[in-house]
Amino acid sequence: MPAPLTAAPRRRFPSGIRLVDYTLTGWTALVMGFLYLPIIVLVAYSFNRSRLNIVLESFTFAWYQRVWENGPLLRAAQNSLLIATVSTVLSVLLGTGGAWLLHRYRYRGARSLQTLVAVPMVMPEILMGISLLILFATAGMGLGFTAVIIGHVTFSFPFVLVAVQARLKGLDPAMEEAALDLGATPLQAFMLVIVPCLRPAIVAGALMAFTLSWDELIVTFFTTNAASATLPIRVFGMAKVGLNPMLNALSAIFIVATAAFVLFSNYLKKLSR
Amino acid sequence: MSTMVDLRAVTKRFGSFTAVNDVSLEIAEGEFLTLLGPSGCGKTTLLRLIAGFDTPTEGSVWIGGEDVTHLPPYRRPVNQVFQSYALFPHLTVAENVGFGLRMQHIDKTEAAARVTEALALVSLTGLDARKPHQLSGGQRQRVALARALVCRPKVLLLDEPLSALDAKLRRSMQLELKRLQRQLGITFVFVTHDQEEALTMSDRIAIVNGGRIEQLGTAHEIYHRPATRFAADFVGQANLLEAQLLLQDSECVRVAVTGGLELTLPLAAWPAGATVALIAMRPEKVHVSKSRSSTAFAPGAANIFQARIEEEIFQGATDHLILVTAAGTRLGVVVANESALGDIFHAGDLVYCGLHTDDLVVVKAE
Repeated sequence: MPAPLTAAPRRRFPSGIRLVDYTLTGWTALVMGFLYLPIIVLVAYSFNRSRLNIVLESFTFAWYQRVWENGPLLRAAQNSLLIATVSTVLSVLLGTGGAWLLHRYRYRGARSLQTLVAVPMVMPEILMGISLLILFATAGMGLGFTAVIIGHVTFSFPFVLVAVQARLKGLDPAMEEAALDLGATPLQAFMLVIVPCLRPAIVAGALMAFTLSWDELIVTFFTTNAASATLPIRVFGMAKVGLNPMLNALSAIFIVATAAFVLFSNYLKKLSR
Repeated sequence: MSTMVDLRAVTKRFGSFTAVNDVSLEIAEGEFLTLLGPSGCGKTTLLRLIAGFDTPTEGSVWIGGEDVTHLPPYRRPVNQVFQSYALFPHLTVAENVGFGLRMQHIDKTEAAARVTEALALVSLTGLDARKPHQLSGGQRQRVALARALVCRPKVLLLDEPLSALDAKLRRSMQLELKRLQRQLGITFVFVTHDQEEALTMSDRIAIVNGGRIEQLGTAHEIYHRPATRFAADFVGQANLLEAQLLLQDSECVRVAVTGGLELTLPLAAWPAGATVALIAMRPEKVHVSKSRSSTAFAPGAANIFQARIEEEIFQGATDHLILVTAAGTRLGVVVANESALGDIFHAGDLVYCGLHTDDLVVVKAE
């Protein structure tokens, strides 16, 4: 390929001053390094035979095997998966339904309701954790799966609601009327026309809810019991005792899983277009 | 012909705003009725009251002899074509058209046959599997039409369905809608702010202004005999002249209009006992000629006067002239561009104008 063709698109905004160009390039590299270097180091050490996270010795899969053989850790992963799935489903139902009610109907207190719904998104998790703990204790409800799921839904459904609301604002109001006009009841109009129109927002909200629940530590800490301990709780417990290369391996698995998750959701987005 | 839609003393208020003010309207079976008016006049609210998206504050709505005032839209025998078309983006053309049949639990093979038939009716055969975003504006419009017609409604409501199309497509769709309506014999209620559209398609036009129907009549009646200043001004163009009574005999009245021009009207046209009134004059009713003896002044053209052309605006098929009479009255006049060899009018020319007494219409000032 001739040189000008490859060179031209690279410098779209030449500053004209070589020093500025170099500085900006360097700065970008620094930021990217800052973001990704820890992850790279972590993955590298997960294959390191040494127990210490300082010296690189020889290559090994031993830590991955240790993760695989660690019963409590695997059970915690199962718990996390269960809790994240259930709380995502509940968040989608509550968030989508709530967004529709706030968008479609006019009633007294709708505005304050809107504000109140958004509060859990910005409230410090430690406050949420403590208040939920007090609530469950007062209500005489035991801690465990139900308590954790309620806690997770409380802070993740507003994210679904906000995403769906944004989509609803751009939706043609005639869409629902057209469905009603063609003989659909309000429920049919919602399920058969509105929900499909909202699908991208619902998927985005669900991904958000799942991710929030999957790595949540503080609220879970206040509401869990031994049987329902999630992965973050277990990892936090292990890290307190001392950094173990097994955690590196576990983290590396997480990173790959998350990356796969993101790629998959991007793929879904492309499909829906 | 029996009445299909009957609005009885319908009023609709939104808070303190009255969108529809005590409207009574009977629409006959198989009629093409147009609600014509400027934006915000209440015509869309009237349509929504028939569709069932709004309930009247007062009065009742009857369709096919049945009181539907409190029936929800999904229980009314009407279907609507929306201004935005409101096609369901996640469904194919065939699924969009079949949606209403699916809601009615119509047998699948029959539904498929009716969808095919409806798509053929609007010349969209072969596009069944497309999604709405893969269609042109005109095609989307046809899908919306097919989707409404496939349900075989007693009344089809159309809310400015042509406003998003370009001028040429709009004209061909006007004729096609009219053809469809004749072929199917369905009652059409059409909402528009475009007077040309209304004149082209309608059996009757209701002029809506300020939440009321100002005039209801055929296109001819509305155009030639406007009842109010608004009707005269909104449909077509009109010279609106304040007239002062000068003399009156057993057959005619003589009046002086704004600027001083004197005109003669039949006595029957003049409101009994009035001394002042508002007169509407269509610009093409004034015959213009360079010579007084022209054949253009047929018998009965009792109003003949001289005027000078102040401005001439060439518009292809017609010539738009602005005249100032000797007395000082300004008139807008439209003449046909019959031949480049005939009378050609230029600014500054002195011309003779003839006007039938019957072409002067007294309209209500408000």
